[in-house]
Amino acid sequence: MFFRMIKGVLLRQKGKMFMIAFTIALGASLATAMLAVMFDVGDKVNQELKTYGANITVVAKEASVVDSLYEVDGASSIPTSYLKEADVGNVKKIFWAFNIVDFAPFIETHVSVDGKDVIMVGSWFNHHLSLDTGEELDAGVVSMRSWWTIEDGAWLDESQEADAKKIMLGTTFAQELGVKAGDTVKVSCGKNSGTYEVAGVYNAGSDEDNEIFAPLDLVQELSGTDGLITSIEVSAITTPDNELSRQAAKDPGKLTVAEYETWYCTAYVSSICYQLQEAIPDAVAKAVRQVAESEGAILDKTQLLMVLITILALIGSALGISNLITASVMERSQEIGLLKAIGAHDRAISGLLLVEMIIVAILGGAVGFGVGYGFAQVIGYTVFNSSINLSPMVIPLVVTLVILVTLAGSIPAIRTVLRLDPAEVLHGR
Amino acid sequence: MSLLELKNVYKIYGDLHALDDVSLKIEEGEWVAIMGPSGSGKSTVMNIIGCMDKPTKGEVLLDGKDISKESSQGLTDIRRDKIGLIFQQFHLINYLTALENVMVAQYYHSMPDEKEAMEALERVGLADRAHHLPSQLSGGEQQRVCVARALINHPELILADEPTGNLDETNERIVLDLFRQLHDEGTTLIVVTHDAEVGASAERVITLEYGKVTSEHGGTEFGKAARKDVI
Repeated sequence: MFFRMIKGVLLRQKGKMFMIAFTIALGASLATAMLAVMFDVGDKVNQELKTYGANITVVAKEASVVDSLYEVDGASSIPTSYLKEADVGNVKKIFWAFNIVDFAPFIETHVSVDGKDVIMVGSWFNHHLSLDTGEELDAGVVSMRSWWTIEDGAWLDESQEADAKKIMLGTTFAQELGVKAGDTVKVSCGKNSGTYEVAGVYNAGSDEDNEIFAPLDLVQELSGTDGLITSIEVSAITTPDNELSRQAAKDPGKLTVAEYETWYCTAYVSSICYQLQEAIPDAVAKAVRQVAESEGAILDKTQLLMVLITILALIGSALGISNLITASVMERSQEIGLLKAIGAHDRAISGLLLVEMIIVAILGGAVGFGVGYGFAQVIGYTVFNSSINLSPMVIPLVVTLVILVTLAGSIPAIRTVLRLDPAEVLHGR
Repeated sequence: MSLLELKNVYKIYGDLHALDDVSLKIEEGEWVAIMGPSGSGKSTVMNIIGCMDKPTKGEVLLDGKDISKESSQGLTDIRRDKIGLIFQQFHLINYLTALENVMVAQYYHSMPDEKEAMEALERVGLADRAHHLPSQLSGGEQQRVCVARALINHPELILADEPTGNLDETNERIVLDLFRQLHDEGTTLIVVTHDAEVGASAERVITLEYGKVTSEHGGTEFGKAARKDVI
């Protein structure tokens, strides 16, 4: 009989039940969309933040010691110690290889161009890599300096053989020399020299506007440092730092075995640095602290925003459900009064209403989940230009939230039911 | 021992004495009509006898047990086990069929039994309408479903509040015939009404005015007096 009554309500009061299911579906869809985006936003925001450059630099151990002693900014000085170019590929062999989204080796040297001293930087531009893992990627300055604007000419293209002997000038230096794309300049480095065509003029908005960028091989040849590099810049997707990662960054040796395992198997910038040092002999990997911390802070704030939106959506949904259920109970007050009059206890009536609501919640929640997943994809493609991966955590969370919100929304209605006096209801008072 | 006895019952709302020292006895198998003008306290008596309200003062003995001090849970149990209620507005559940409306009373009493519920509908002449929703039934048919629902758990007492108030003459006669049958079978009936014809059908008529019992007559005697008044 219980289920005949439930069936009766659901099938013969479709309009009211549809409205309640619709409100629940709306709340569930918002919760699903927000939670799905929230769980995936870390990776998405990290991907976006990669456009602001590398968050890890790898240098030779000796260079790092000199930098530390004299507090010299390694990026602008010319190191005298080197890493081997052959070891660059090891970056993609660490435990967190899939979190390394981009990287490029650099070599810097002082050169003279048409009599003017300038720093020349050699690197990859769009260097194609076929990794042992089967992964294919184009790494280099083109993607790692994505904020540069090309004011004249074009990026160097490593797939074009002719571009191997071309260079790019920073806009300030190009203006100083009075050269533009297509012109040739004479570059001297000690005893070596050569004349190279300017492929393009870039605007970096930084000191790099006073430098020259050229293919790695070309700079190694000029400076006589074949097979050597001064640094590797790495863009990695990282987990925001916490107490454990900060402690580990100081000295991983002080961690307990369990802490070490947790730290090593979490994509903290410090654990990725540690693994890079393991993979590249005589290297020191350092987090570009400002970038790493900004990323963590932005990510934390973005996630907090999503959590707040989810909570607000659920509160709104709970209020809507509560109003609808209370209105529905008030409309059914005569029926409830009658049930009380013929001997139904408050518990039995509350149970009947709750089961009705939970069935409606499950139906509304299921529809809302599907729609919410769709919303998440719309957000993903609109904001991040890629799909949102549904974390397995979202399903139990949405189910729990929908049930909790429905129960919370039903409480005022149940309190109303408990207060109903059958005599008053049945006499129409 | 009387089936129901009210001893010096008061129901007071602020300064208003809805019931003022009401005492009455109803024996098992009796058919009693409680009559009176609006505001006389008929509904208050019905609520107290029907265990839907408690008196401010006095005793209400049902089967010799004072129910005036029962908790609301206790009153619910008494309603469920001993009283069958019939309402002027029928109060059928609109999303359940006639048969299911009868079965609801069984469900909260013991176990729903479709066969027994169908027999109750047959008894009120509605077997062929068993699977219709209340909206598909006439007022008279709805009231007969209400009677079947009141009968289904074999209550000790059937309490009807203006049972013919919303019915035409034909349906009123059908319902009164049903009451007559129940009375002949020994069912105790208390009918609250202001309809003289319904009152005249009862064995005994108790009249209330301003919350007090003002008279008690035999039903036939009351009927004659009522007709005389009309003439």
